Amino acid sequence: MLEVDRLTKSFGGFTAVGDVQMTVERGAIHALIGPNGAGKTTLFNLVTGVLTPSAGRLSFEGQDITGWRADRITARGMARTFQNIRLFREMTAVENVMVGAYCRTSGGFLAAVARLPGRLGRGERETIRRADALLDLVALTAKRDVAAAELTLVEQRRLEIARALATEPRLLLLDEPAAGMTPAEIQDANRLILRIRERGITVLLTEHHMSLVLQVSDRITVLNYGRKIAEGAPESVRRDPEVLTAYLGTDA
Amino acid sequence: MIDQYAESVLIFLGINTVLALSLSLPVSAGLLSLGQGGFMAIGAYTSAALTTWYGVPFPLALAAGALLAAVAGLAVGFPALRIKGVYLLILTMGFGEIVRIFFLNFEPTGAASGLGGIPQATTPLGVAVTVAVLLLFFLQLRRSRIGRAIEALREDELAAELMGVGLTRLKLAVFAVGALIAGVGGALYAHYALFIDSAQFGFHRSAEIFIIVLLGGMGSFWGAVAGAVAVTLLPEILRVIQEWRMTFFGTLLVAMMIWRPWGLIGRPRPVLIPRTPGA
Amino acid sequence: MLLQQLVNGVMLGSTYALIAIGYTLVFGVLHLVHLAHGEVFMIGAFIGLYVVLWTGAGVIPALIGALLGTALLGMLIELVAFRPIRARGGHFLAPMISTIGVGIVLQEVTTRLFGGELVGFPHRLEPVTFRLGPVAVTSVQLLILGVALVLMVTLHLFVARTRLGMAMRATAESLLTARLLGINTSRIILLTFAIASGLGGVAGVLVGLSFNAISPFMGVDMGVKGLAIMLIGGLGNIHGAMVGGMILGVIEVLSVAYLASSYRDAFAFAMMIAILLFRPQGLFGSAQSVEARV
Repeated sequence: MLEVDRLTKSFGGFTAVGDVQMTVERGAIHALIGPNGAGKTTLFNLVTGVLTPSAGRLSFEGQDITGWRADRITARGMARTFQNIRLFREMTAVENVMVGAYCRTSGGFLAAVARLPGRLGRGERETIRRADALLDLVALTAKRDVAAAELTLVEQRRLEIARALATEPRLLLLDEPAAGMTPAEIQDANRLILRIRERGITVLLTEHHMSLVLQVSDRITVLNYGRKIAEGAPESVRRDPEVLTAYLGTDA
Repeated sequence: MIDQYAESVLIFLGINTVLALSLSLPVSAGLLSLGQGGFMAIGAYTSAALTTWYGVPFPLALAAGALLAAVAGLAVGFPALRIKGVYLLILTMGFGEIVRIFFLNFEPTGAASGLGGIPQATTPLGVAVTVAVLLLFFLQLRRSRIGRAIEALREDELAAELMGVGLTRLKLAVFAVGALIAGVGGALYAHYALFIDSAQFGFHRSAEIFIIVLLGGMGSFWGAVAGAVAVTLLPEILRVIQEWRMTFFGTLLVAMMIWRPWGLIGRPRPVLIPRTPGA
Repeated sequence: MLLQQLVNGVMLGSTYALIAIGYTLVFGVLHLVHLAHGEVFMIGAFIGLYVVLWTGAGVIPALIGALLGTALLGMLIELVAFRPIRARGGHFLAPMISTIGVGIVLQEVTTRLFGGELVGFPHRLEPVTFRLGPVAVTSVQLLILGVALVLMVTLHLFVARTRLGMAMRATAESLLTARLLGINTSRIILLTFAIASGLGGVAGVLVGLSFNAISPFMGVDMGVKGLAIMLIGGLGNIHGAMVGGMILGVIEVLSVAYLASSYRDAFAFAMMIAILLFRPQGLFGSAQSVEARV
């Protein structure tokens, strides 16, 4: 579904991502792991159009998306969450999710005024319904009208997922979805990811918590210093000597 | 009825509100403009030229002025796509100055001598209706798809883009509509002042509009209204301020930035989305 | 003829450079645009005027008076309009907006005190004209160039060679790090304002001398142009401000000589907009600085 073809990104003399080759299969839960600074988030930024590659190509569902702008890639069916949570802090939870629906709905300035004041347009009602449904999926219905800034960290992560899902993606990228979570919360996150896959959405995630990764992923790609050092099923990756060396000293 | 003087105060209140609202739109998207005076000038001169020379009916002339201002808004919007913050402020300021200098030299509209003999077409009712229409527009806007996208743009541009919001079109649209409204304000102004020259639309004007929005509060479009009321009416109520009007507002501005940077209205508050019946 | 215009341009450019340097210094240290700087320049001109009128003294005392007076004013502005905002955090644009307020106050007060008309600036210098080959230079122009050069060189040496100058550069790079290193950043900031404003004040007197007239509104024009120059040279880059000022001076003089004089003022903005479009970091800035500033 997603083809990363010899992707490279350099900043001046520093190569953040070097010649990475990776394929994410449709319907899979694919994990991208590696020590801090390995280039995981840079790769995410490249794939989602935040950064343009220095070399290499990207293709999504057979279409070359190299150099595409981020909003175009999202409209094409790929969405993401952020490691450092980037919610719209002054908006309520439900409104955050509704923003995700932007590329699936239409209506500009004229549409905004072409309705009776006090009554919602038909499109709006549908957007609200879908947003509420997604909030239900991530178990945030109780916090629907709370400003995003006032949610707990874990709730914010769940909200980001709901917002990304509102863009109706076929591929969802999760950037460290379990960071800052307790083991019980990680189990909830696992279940959520599996439920997302059940909806027919392919998942690509980066994560430090090996427990989540091992339990939930079908396939793992390991990066170190911007390069791929291992790839395969969880069981084989966890025994790979190079991977263990890379992780020596960090909790695995 | 109300006397001549009170009427002029109310009309200027209305015009200031229109201009402040014109700035509040880009501000609500996080785009700061110190160039609304330039758009106002385009609206004023265009509409005045049409009514004064060609006898075009005022509503048509106003529309033409507003549309031309909107086109200028698009022109300014393009460079604005790539620059942010203080750079954008300076860019828009430069634009405003260029417009002023252009009209200062443009012979057909009188150059330095200005354009006079403009027919009086601005009435208190007309101004009130315009303000009401604009307020309704802004009210509707915030609770709409595009209003949401604008707020998202202000809060976190990158996240908005990654959620599928096309930044280019949105920013351009915001600039254009903001400029359009300023053009309307300019046309209303010209047809009340009956004489316009480039000096009336320079940096001072843009700064005044900027101050109105800042004093009132950038949190919502009501800030524009509050600011316009404060700036227009305070000098009337406190006679002593009249002489030293700008000193008063300048000091007030400094004081507000120290103690209440979000203005009279304060920080923006989240919009509550109603629940829809059934699911 | 062309050479003469170039010389004139350099003279004008050096006053522009002095103003632009003032903006640049403040931006470099505090990352904010001091929008009242134009008014400080204007007040410098008036201080110089009154030094001359009240004491009957010559040009040098006027310059010194303006330098000291505006330096004090600059420090006062920092204490009253900036420091309290920094202490409270708040909106990131609040300090800059505060300077708009300060500028407005300064301008209206001056207008109320001196009227809005042009005020004559007395001749205090022998109006001698020197001929250097094909070029004619008046004593006023020489003075302007001389003072500007001396100040710029002094500033350069100060910033590059002295401990205080180094402290200023450190503070400009990172306020926090400088503080951690034991630098009294509050005092450095005051010093920066003093220098920046002093330079602006001197420029005010120089402009008064060259045009023989000043007005409370001269700050607006020059101020906005100084801003444009700062952008052209690169925000926070002192050499960029110097060079940018010279370039603008030359372009303006050439435009008056060979094109219509009324469009003179537009060049600053046209150049500025071109820079913003094609090279937002300015002629001497680095590409990274644009990203960081946002």
